Amino acid sequence: MSTSASADLGGLSLGGGGHLLLRRALTKVEPGERVTVTNGNETLHVDLPAWCRAEGHVLRGNEVEKGTANRWAGAERAGTASTPSADAPPTWGLAARGARVEAGGPHFSYPLHERHEVWSDDAARLYAQAAAAQWDPAKAIPWSETPKLEAEVEDAVVQVMTYLVENETAALQVPAAFVARLHPHFREVMQLLAVQAADEARHIEVFTRRALLVRSEPGLSTAGGQASLKTLLDEPDFALASCLLSVLGEGSFLSLLQFLRENAPDAVTREVTKLAAQDEARHVAFGLSHLQRHASHDASLRGRLASAVEQRHRALAHTAGLNAEVFDALVLLAAGSWEPAAIAAGFRRVQALERDMHEGRAMRLERLGFPRAEAERLASLHTRNFM
Amino acid sequence: MARPFMLGAVAYDPKVVTIWEGFKPWFEAAGLPFDYMLFSNYEEQVRAQLAGVIDVAWHSPLAWLQTVRAAKKRGRTARAVAMRDTDQDLTSVVLVREGGPSSVAELKGKRIGVGAADSPQATLIPLLHLAEAGLEPGRDFEVVRHDVLLGKHGDHIGGEREAAKALLVGRLDAACIIDGNHLGFARDGTLPRAGVRVLAQTAKYDHCNFTVLDGVDSSRFEQLLLSMKYDDAKVRPLLDLEGLKEWRPGRTSGYALLERALDRFEGFEVA
Ligand SMILES: [Fe+2]
Ligand SMILES: [Fe+2]
Repeated sequence: MSTSASADLGGLSLGGGGHLLLRRALTKVEPGERVTVTNGNETLHVDLPAWCRAEGHVLRGNEVEKGTANRWAGAERAGTASTPSADAPPTWGLAARGARVEAGGPHFSYPLHERHEVWSDDAARLYAQAAAAQWDPAKAIPWSETPKLEAEVEDAVVQVMTYLVENETAALQVPAAFVARLHPHFREVMQLLAVQAADEARHIEVFTRRALLVRSEPGLSTAGGQASLKTLLDEPDFALASCLLSVLGEGSFLSLLQFLRENAPDAVTREVTKLAAQDEARHVAFGLSHLQRHASHDASLRGRLASAVEQRHRALAHTAGLNAEVFDALVLLAAGSWEPAAIAAGFRRVQALERDMHEGRAMRLERLGFPRAEAERLASLHTRNFM
Repeated sequence: MARPFMLGAVAYDPKVVTIWEGFKPWFEAAGLPFDYMLFSNYEEQVRAQLAGVIDVAWHSPLAWLQTVRAAKKRGRTARAVAMRDTDQDLTSVVLVREGGPSSVAELKGKRIGVGAADSPQATLIPLLHLAEAGLEPGRDFEVVRHDVLLGKHGDHIGGEREAAKALLVGRLDAACIIDGNHLGFARDGTLPRAGVRVLAQTAKYDHCNFTVLDGVDSSRFEQLLLSMKYDDAKVRPLLDLEGLKEWRPGRTSGYALLERALDRFEGFEVA
């Protein structure tokens, strides 16, 4: 076959960039056709035979005859860039969605590889919103306004913060564990779960910092509270974990954080609970939207969600639920003083908070398609620990 | 059950396990019961083949000639049944620093770095080239060996890299490396763009082959080897690891330089 192209190496050596020019010329000819190499450096006679040998081309004089070996035989695209596929195979692995993937690569085991299990059309929008809403804990909170509270009120704040920190830690670890089990083909969901974990990292930071702003140690951590959170970490199913954590737990936390903001005795407590609540609203929104979509594709999902709520209730039946110190701290914060009348008012506000949480859970379960009565029943089985 | 077709290979790198663990199920799926044994050095592999422990040996060029010579003493013959495309028509080069010796004759009295003592490409063939040009190693110039992994016949490129580095810092006046490493060392930065040049290049020679002794039927193994296609994603990663695009029928025309080197520099016989 005759020469059909040439590659001017411009005096470069093949080990110093010249191979790019030669490779570029070879992409433009078919196997069996030749490229004439011109203007190489003084070691071309050493490097060109070695390069052709390694690349599978045949050197004929100063002409390179393109070889037939094709690394891209059998390659396939990892779906299309714009739309996730219904099922992402293990061979697509870490490839960008829509990238051309060489055959023969490793098989990745991602248990969450089906679109209906994880996808929400809202994921990209929520991710963008989350990325834009990342606040800087160092600047967003008026840390310099050191609270000067009555000792027992400060103790109450510290106890509530201690409780929040362990709840936020569970809320970080649950999505973080699913990120590693999720096929990266569902990029927007992966990103959203990752930024959700990052949100929780900031919540942990600001609640810890508020707890230690005046006191040198945090408060109490109860066996019942940890038992309740452990059931979330132990739930291996993404849909069930999302329902328990995001829809029911973080949903309840929206009410709790709102309550804390309204009853905060100092500016720092008010700001940290306000900012955390903004993030939590997104976590709840994603949980709801992907479970709504999942339920519309899988009629059995609601039954499984109901069983999961019931099972968690049974598992926690023997535990104390919310620790008495947290409950009493909430009452004291709402009361604002030790006056019996104020305590009575604070107690009523905490009862109202619990009704508000219950109503929120029932309303969100209805949005997942549960009939009102069933939604009420399941909402009432939710952990007394709130999260 | 009959013994599977047994291949011997030298474990010069952990990837050798990956390669043969990968090929084993491929041969078996194609109907050839296949297994392999690893050796830590070529001399033991040569002996094992002569003793009938392995059917085919994935031999360095030196091990090939060691086998040919040892087999001849026993009234037997050896065949090279297959090799990589990348085993054919290699050359080695003698490098000097810019401004250093400008001819082979000027290497007289200098310090010349080579690879491992048993490396055909980085020691035996380049030293033969210089000897045939009139410079006797050890007498007319000092030979500085870089004995990385002796017994592995220079399969590990560490010795050549050491020699190239020693040349750059002035501990040597010349260094001998294979042509592919000239390219590779330029690419990875071991050799700077300027400052080193090629003083001499050897004639072409061949490298490894699959060696079989008389009386062993390796026809199915050969057929299957030659049928492997780089387009096949099942074998492509293994071919990449082994460094080839296609297996070729063996040839013995490329070992003349090494034969002459063995005649000249003694001490490599396997009894
Ligand atoms: Fe949070
Ligand atoms: Fe959250």
